[in-house]
Order: sequence, then C-alpha cells, then structure tokens
Amino acid sequence: MSAPPRAAELGLIGCHVCGQVSRDPRRAGMACPRCGAPLHRRKTGSIARSWALLIAALILYLPANLLPIMRTVSLGDVDDNTILSGVVELWVKGSPGLAVIVFSASIVVPMMKFLVLGTLLLSVQRGSAWARQPRARLYRLVEFIGYWSMLDVFVVALLTALVQFGFFSLVEPLPGVVFFGLTVVLTMLASMSFDPRLIWDGRTDDE
Amino acid sequence: MSDERKPGGTEDLPEPVVRRSRVGISLIWLVPVLAAVVGLSLVINSWMQAGPTITITFQTASGIDPGKTQVKYKSVVIGRVERVTLAPDRSHVEVEVALDKRAKGFAAADTRFWVVRPRIGLGGVSGVDTLLSGAFIGADVGDSTEYRDEFQGLEMPPSVPHGAPGKSFVLHSGDLGSLDIGSPVYYRRIQVGRVASYQLDPDGKGVSLQIFVDGPNDKFVTQSARFWNASGVDVSLGANGLKLNTQSLATVLAGGVAFQDPPGPHDSTPAPEQASFTLFGDQVAAMAPPDGPPRYIRMRFEQSLRGLTVDAPVEFLGVNIGRVVSINLDYDDKRQRFPVLVGAVVYPQRLGRAYDKLAALAKANGDDDLSQMMGRLIEHGLRAQARTGNLLTGQLYIALDFLPNVPKVAFDAKARPLEIPTAPGSFDKLQEQMAEIINKIQKVPFDSIGQHLDQTLAELGGTLKQVNAETLPQFRRTLEGAQQTLGTANSTLSADSPLQQNLGDTLEQLQRMARSLRVLTDYLGGHPESLIRGRRPDAAPAAPPAQPRETQQGSKP
Repeated sequence: MSAPPRAAELGLIGCHVCGQVSRDPRRAGMACPRCGAPLHRRKTGSIARSWALLIAALILYLPANLLPIMRTVSLGDVDDNTILSGVVELWVKGSPGLAVIVFSASIVVPMMKFLVLGTLLLSVQRGSAWARQPRARLYRLVEFIGYWSMLDVFVVALLTALVQFGFFSLVEPLPGVVFFGLTVVLTMLASMSFDPRLIWDGRTDDE
Repeated sequence: MSDERKPGGTEDLPEPVVRRSRVGISLIWLVPVLAAVVGLSLVINSWMQAGPTITITFQTASGIDPGKTQVKYKSVVIGRVERVTLAPDRSHVEVEVALDKRAKGFAAADTRFWVVRPRIGLGGVSGVDTLLSGAFIGADVGDSTEYRDEFQGLEMPPSVPHGAPGKSFVLHSGDLGSLDIGSPVYYRRIQVGRVASYQLDPDGKGVSLQIFVDGPNDKFVTQSARFWNASGVDVSLGANGLKLNTQSLATVLAGGVAFQDPPGPHDSTPAPEQASFTLFGDQVAAMAPPDGPPRYIRMRFEQSLRGLTVDAPVEFLGVNIGRVVSINLDYDDKRQRFPVLVGAVVYPQRLGRAYDKLAALAKANGDDDLSQMMGRLIEHGLRAQARTGNLLTGQLYIALDFLPNVPKVAFDAKARPLEIPTAPGSFDKLQEQMAEIINKIQKVPFDSIGQHLDQTLAELGGTLKQVNAETLPQFRRTLEGAQQTLGTANSTLSADSPLQQNLGDTLEQLQRMARSLRVLTDYLGGHPESLIRGRRPDAAPAAPPAQPRETQQGSKP
C-alpha cells in the first residue's frame, strides 16, 4: 500500500503554534507568516538535543544515586540516606509497599527512560523501520510517566518543610536530591526534544 | 482546504518569512558538558577531600556503626568509620576509618584513638551526649610526623591530652590500692591532676603509676614532695578526741593521691618531668622522716601469740621502729615445746638522735652494724615482749624494753638475723595469776556442797509437808476449842448470867448469915447461960423478937 504523501514532499510546512500551512522554501530560519513562530519541518536538532540532554541526565544520575539525598536526625542520631539505602531501609523496617513505590519511582522509571530514549534515538538515527508502532507507544509512555520520578524530590521537600523539631526530629535535604531533580528534569526535556515523527521518517516499509 | 493540497494550489500559500540564520545547533551540547563538569568536579572534590584510610584495632566494636560513627578531635569531625571487620584470629576488631584530607596529620605514629561511650564512674559522668547520638571515636594527636595507618585503639580515654600544660611524674607503690586511671591528685585538697596510667613493675614487686599534674600547679611538686594514697577515711582517736580525716567524699569512694612538702627544711625546687616518687600508704607515713635501711631481727617466744599479726608494730620504749613480717611455729625437741618464731623488720633510723649517737659509738668501737651494741643493750635487760595493745580485741604488739631482774641470756652478735631474747609479757603474768586463782576456785568441792545442800533442802521440804498435813489441822482444832471455851467463859462471866445472880444471892445469904452470927454472938455474950438453959421466952421482949425475925428472915430463903 502506498503511504499518504508528507507535507515536505508536497512542499508545504505547518506552523506548530497556530497551525498555518505555508509553502516550504526549504531554507533555514523560516518563520510563520501569521504568528511569527519559527517554522521547521521537524523539531530542530531533535536528535542532538535529546542525546545531549539524555547524556547530561545520565551523568547527573550518578551523583544523584551516590550522594545522600536526605539527612534524618532523631534524638541526636544522624542518619544520611541515599536513594538505594532509603529503599533498603524501608524494606528492612517493614514497609515493603513503600519500598517498592520509591524503588520504581526513583530507580526503575529513570532507568527506563534512559533505555527507552536511547533506543528510540539510536533506531531513529539509523532510520530503522523496526517496530514503529510499539516505539511510538513507548515514547508516549515515557512522556506520561516522566514526571512521576519527581516523587522522591517532593518527599524530601515536604519532609524538610514539615519535620523541623530541632533536637528531637529533623529532616534536611542533601546535595543528592538536587542532582536527582536535575536528572528527572533533563530526562523530561530530552523526551520533549525528541520528535516522534522521526520514527516514521524512514519510508522503507511504507513504499 | 482540499484545493490547497493540490500541487497547483501551493502557489497561493504564503511564503514564510526568512530570517537571518543563527549559529550553533550544538549549543545544547553545553548541557551534557556542564553536567560532566559538575560530575567531574564532584569526583575531583571527593578525591581531593579523601584523606588516608587508617585501621584501628579495638577489643570490641560495641557502639561503632560503619558509615555513621564519626572520628572527632575536639568535637570536630575528622573522619568516618568505613568498615568494621573481625580480625582473622577473632581476638579483636579492625575498624577502617576514612580520615578527611585536612586531618591527614592524624595518621601519625603517636596519635591515639579511643571509643567515647557514656561512662559513669565515681569520679563523674562523661560522654553523656553519646547516650543519644551513639558512640564516636575520639582522637588525640601528638607531635610525630611519621606516617602510620595501623593503630591500636585505647579501651579507656587517655586522661592526659597531648600538649596539655603540666608535668608527668612516676609514683612507686607496693600496690595500687583503690586507685584507677583518672583518680584525682590533690594538693592541699584541691585537685591538681590525675592518675594517667599504671603498670606493674617488670619484676612484679610493685606498681608504677604515671600521674599528670596540670600546669601551673605542677610547680608545687618539688624534689622533696611526699605523695600518699588519700583513699579512704583516716580515723584517729587521740588525746583531743576522735578525729576523722578525709580528702573528699569522692576520694573516699574512688581513691586518690595527695602530695605535700614535708615539714621542716627541704629542697623546694620543682621536680623535673618524669621524676620518681614513692607513694606512701597514708599521710603520716608520707610525712615521717625517711626510714633508712631496714634490719631484720628474730624473736623466739615461748607462749601463745594469739592476737599478734603480720604488720603488728614493733616499739622501742613506745617509739614505733618497725613491724612484724613473719610468725612461724618451731619445735623444740629437747623441751617438747612449740616456740613461736617472730620475724620483724626494724628501721633503726627511726630512733632519731639516739641512733646517731649509738651509731657513732658503735663506729668508734669498730662495730659497723650495731650488733655488738645490741649485745650490750641486751646485757642491760633489753628484752622483747608481746604486749597487749588493745584489751578489747586482744591485738598484740612487740615491745622492746629494758626489764629489771631478767635472767641473763647468751647473745650471739654474729648471728644473722639478730636474735633478740624475749620475756613473757605483763599480760602473760597476769594471765598466770588469774589461772592460779581460777585453779584454787576450781578446787572448792562445789559438787558435794551442792549435794548436801540439796539433801538438807529435801528434808526441810518433807518436814514442812508434815507440818502442813498434820500439825496445822490439829492446831486449828485446838484453836477452835479454845475459842469455844473462851466464848463459854465469856457468857458465864457476863453481868446477866445466872452464875452471877446465884453468886450475888449466895453472897447476900452469906452476909445475912454473918449478921445473924454476929447477933447470936452478941446474945451469947450477954446471955451465956442461954447455951444451957435455952432462951428465956420473955427477956428483952423488944430486941430478941427482932433478932429471930432477922434470923428467921435470913434463914428463910
């Protein structure tokens, strides 16, 4: 079956902001004649941006996991916890449900994003036609669950604000949580930068 | 819209505005570069921060928590425990500590580490903050710059931090007493230092204590300072009454050391670091003039020495010159007796001036150790006696005294140890006399006296029983009879009794009879013939009729 023609093949370009369709002069630096928004056939430098942001997130993910994210002081007993040690502590102290939630939100989800985005970017770069629809579904999933990773950051922020009883009980954020937050934000930006239309650009199986 | 899709319709569509193209699609690569820089800086930072890793061995890892327990110096965190492992031979634990970069100077040869735990002792409470926060490892650094990463942890905190102003001194003592590391050192009852450590002398015959006296009070420790064990309570009963002497309550319980200069002229230059002193048992001993070399003497007592103990004093004319060191039994084969051998150590220098003079005299006579002098004293009656020091407890002491009228004994001035002849003590004589008296009392036949007394008493008992059973009822009956008799007599003799009346009547009749007799005699006096002739019928018609009437009347009743 023959695929429907694409805008580029018809010499057309649509505005992402107002939807205005104009002729595509195939030059750089175009702007929408109606609203003035920059025009581009695909998100500019989508792959490079995604890669860059993804790599940055990956780099920051290391200190986010290695550095402690939260200090709990109770009756003078200072306890610094990294993400993983917090999960282990929750599990050991008899809250396996909470441990699973924190583990999936803070470890599984970011790792999955790295893997999924990496796979998408690689496959798009190679123009692979492999499993386009599942890939598109994966992308939507990544977009959807991306912000849930902020759970840990919110927990730390909330506890820090609420638990301030001086000597008896005290919760302080530690640098790890900053790196973790940055990681989550960068992965979200990376998935936003990725243009899912690129998945369909290779037309090998369409023809 | 549908016609716009046609190729022909595209010409109607507006042309996009073309702007000046901008540089750099790769600006976005700054983000990972930045992230990498941050990450690298973290790595470099932590690498720069990382100091040496040292290993400290402890007896136990109690309270040490890997990853949490901190190493502190003056309450500043200088490192953290990374790992706690058991030694291969399981005799101790090895604690791996990651020191901070700044604290790498602590990995030096003379650094000391110990675990700070809450400690509650008689001297006070320390480390209370660790009750809640958990133990931490304390550190004390010395002057050494030699690198070392293997340390032997102290089980007790060092009592003297390095570099503290003051001086260390060494005390020698027979035993440790109740002293411990950290026991206070007092000067005029003010704490000026503490016991830093102690160890047995290499030969095991004493204890060496390291004490540390804080500056600036260390200057009071002079060359001639005397140290004594200030533990416990010193109770003395003197002419002024009962006297109780202690340093402080804490010392009474936990022990302590006190020092002071001796009275009189002495060397008062401050003692140098690590100067050595003797630790005396009490203040009196410490303040006493030096004893000089001891001499061993032996005495042979023939009587029981119950109450004589090792350490009992040996007195010469009331001056304490030594103490008993041994009491042993001997057997005398010839006399079948068990003499008691008492060994004593005496310090002749305690005699003071007397010793000086005696020594000078002895020197002049070519007697270098006073034994010949001793012989002469013994000739003059010097004898050892075991005397009772305390009548309540029966404690004995050895008295060396000049006794009059003692039998002469042979004295061997060459014998070693010197043997001092003995005499039975005054209390022994008293005891003998008492024994004699008791013997005499014992000879009184208390048994037979008692028996006799018993018999007599038994007989007396029988007699009394008889009296009770027989004599008394009879007696009562007699009394009753007597009472009856008396009652009868009483009633008989009463004023209205018939006896009385009869008596009255009788007496009246007697009276009348007497009267008529008188009349008769009177008539007969006047008329004696009437005895023969009878009464004349008409003579004295007036008077005679009255008389017969009277007579008739009287005889009528």
